[in-house]
Amino acid sequence: MAKILLLGDEAIAQGALDAGLSGVYAYPGTPSTEITEYIQNSKQAAEGHIHSIWAGNEKTAMESAIGMSYAGKRALVCMKHVGLNVAADPFMNSSITGANGGLVVLVADDPSMHSSQDEQDSRYYAKFALIPTMEPSNQQEAYDMAYDAFELSEKFHTPVLLRVTTRLAHSRAGVERRAARPQNELNVCSNPKQFVLLPANARVHYRALLAKQADFETEAENSKYNFYKEGTDKKMGIIASGIGYNYLMENFVGTTCPYPVLKISQYPVPTKLVAKMVDECESVLVVEEGYPLIEDQLRGLLNRTGNIKGRMDGTLPRDGELNPNLVAKALGMPDSYGTPVPEIVAPRPPALCNGCPHIDTYLALNEAMKEHGPGKVFADIGCYTLGALPPYKAIYTTVDMGASITMAKGAADAGMSPCVAVIGDSTFTHSGMTSLLDAIYENTPITVLILDNSTTGMTGGQDSHALGRIGNICKGLGVAEEHIRIITPLAKNHDANVQVIKEELAYNGVSVIVPTRECIQTLSRRMKAQAKK
Amino acid sequence: MKIDIILAGVGGQGILSIASTIGVAAVKKGLYLKQAEVHGMSQRGGDVQSHFRLADYEIASDLIPMGKADLIIAVEPMESLRYLPWLAKDGWVITNDQPFINIPNYPDEAALKAELDKLPNKVVINADQIAKDLGSARSANMVILGAAAPFLKMEYAEIEDAVRTIFARKGDAVVNTNLACLKAGYDFAQKNQ
Repeated sequence: MAKILLLGDEAIAQGALDAGLSGVYAYPGTPSTEITEYIQNSKQAAEGHIHSIWAGNEKTAMESAIGMSYAGKRALVCMKHVGLNVAADPFMNSSITGANGGLVVLVADDPSMHSSQDEQDSRYYAKFALIPTMEPSNQQEAYDMAYDAFELSEKFHTPVLLRVTTRLAHSRAGVERRAARPQNELNVCSNPKQFVLLPANARVHYRALLAKQADFETEAENSKYNFYKEGTDKKMGIIASGIGYNYLMENFVGTTCPYPVLKISQYPVPTKLVAKMVDECESVLVVEEGYPLIEDQLRGLLNRTGNIKGRMDGTLPRDGELNPNLVAKALGMPDSYGTPVPEIVAPRPPALCNGCPHIDTYLALNEAMKEHGPGKVFADIGCYTLGALPPYKAIYTTVDMGASITMAKGAADAGMSPCVAVIGDSTFTHSGMTSLLDAIYENTPITVLILDNSTTGMTGGQDSHALGRIGNICKGLGVAEEHIRIITPLAKNHDANVQVIKEELAYNGVSVIVPTRECIQTLSRRMKAQAKK
Repeated sequence: MKIDIILAGVGGQGILSIASTIGVAAVKKGLYLKQAEVHGMSQRGGDVQSHFRLADYEIASDLIPMGKADLIIAVEPMESLRYLPWLAKDGWVITNDQPFINIPNYPDEAALKAELDKLPNKVVINADQIAKDLGSARSANMVILGAAAPFLKMEYAEIEDAVRTIFARKGDAVVNTNLACLKAGYDFAQKNQ
């Protein structure tokens, strides 16, 4: 079959489709979004009636995927690394239930925090849940692993975590496809105890999971994705995992690496292969993208031998993503550099688009808040997070999806006044509704701005579950109708909007203001599509 | 044979259309290709870059090592300078000279020109004007691709072919305008390197 050019994310999507996928469940999040979008646009997926509608958040996505697995079909759930925190409850417990139909959890990590609030390494979650991890080093492996992860999942009745990082997720290369496998037939789980995690059942399942650990390790020892390349110079051995392997090999283009190299792309860490390297080499350099997971295990708390090098001893930086130059330095090879960036080159941070509704909202909010001083606006995750930067400097917190409302509540409980929350429509339905309910339950005096741009903007304009529902959701949760204020963020409405915000700030209870105007990006796309018709 | 290119611009300027055109030509030649892109937050008017690698052997890293890029192709002049640490000593900078100003501290024209003048190997071109004169202001990227064409280690006809493939479904008129823009950039580079 001829190779096709695919992003790492797209390769995963195509691999899952060819493995007989029946449904993908996901909430958009950089760098994972393109997987679900690829399936949504795939003719093969449409013909196979493969489920690919966005989920409300990562937890609901994970649970739907577990349900599809329960019914015997192959399910993929996709999220960014911090999304796994949201899905952690069903994720951890899915390792106890195990899988019926193949269940693959794709998590895209973002080392260097290109579009994220931390750079947590999802391999730790898989280790925590005691399930296998696969970590592709290139686009072909991304495709193959997505395919093979389903086989592994069904072979051992376990969820499998597939981990990629930003560079691979968003890099394109040629990928060769395999023959497509048909979808599973409906095959509802026949064991009435498997998915009932009553303590008496869960104890039995947990012991079974523990018993599988030796099998998981044997799989990793024999995996074609893990291999040992002999070397002539045993002063140093190199363990390289995932995309770290590419950065290592980049330094030996046209030559051969003189050191023994152990590539690890399937976990649990294959102990026998690691032991061989430690036994035959004077020191071991560990090159891994993310946290030092392998290195930490090799080193141990006491670091008795002192001959394990990597991120923990400063041979490589402790934080941030790797690149070929950092690995060259760690190898003691000459570094390369062009010329420095001229001083006149100014930073060009991302900014709200011209015509963005958030701009008008922030200008009105800033004016209404002027008399109250700084530090009283709590915000959330989305394009509007850019309101923290000049020229707006309108918001003071961004922690996690939904935190704006509950942090405002906590600060109000502490006696701060006024307390304002700013949250987007999609983020609100993702994780803000229960936060709002907490405030309503106590009638905490907070003013919540739900910026309704009718889309999930930051990740490129995916459909939002909130579409057309914000007012009714707030009413249904119990916000007094006269304190649900819909406004249109436009320059011509500035004074009226400032007035509305001021009125609600003065109200001693929960009020919700909904600045409603479509995202300028989705609007212009819609107009273009209409013009074409 | 290998060629490593940094494509640079501002989010929304469409640097990836240049990449996909070269990509089509490269795939037709049977070359290996890796192309690392920037998606997500930075696309909102921030600086964006793409590492674009071609070789007749399997490529290891998705990222070009610093000091090893053969070309910087930029659709914005200040952005062409941001990636100089990646450019090899004998590498070339091909850049549009029309600034995209969306920050308050954008350098002044003279200072920017002085820095561009310092580059030893460069093609600096007013791609916006050339594309406008040829009746398609939106095709400035094809002018820049044309200006880069002499450095791509491919036949010019192979790049023309790729442009035809990319724009085929938009009809002959669009194909021909883009080919004219490509040619104008190519001719300019031949005269002004």
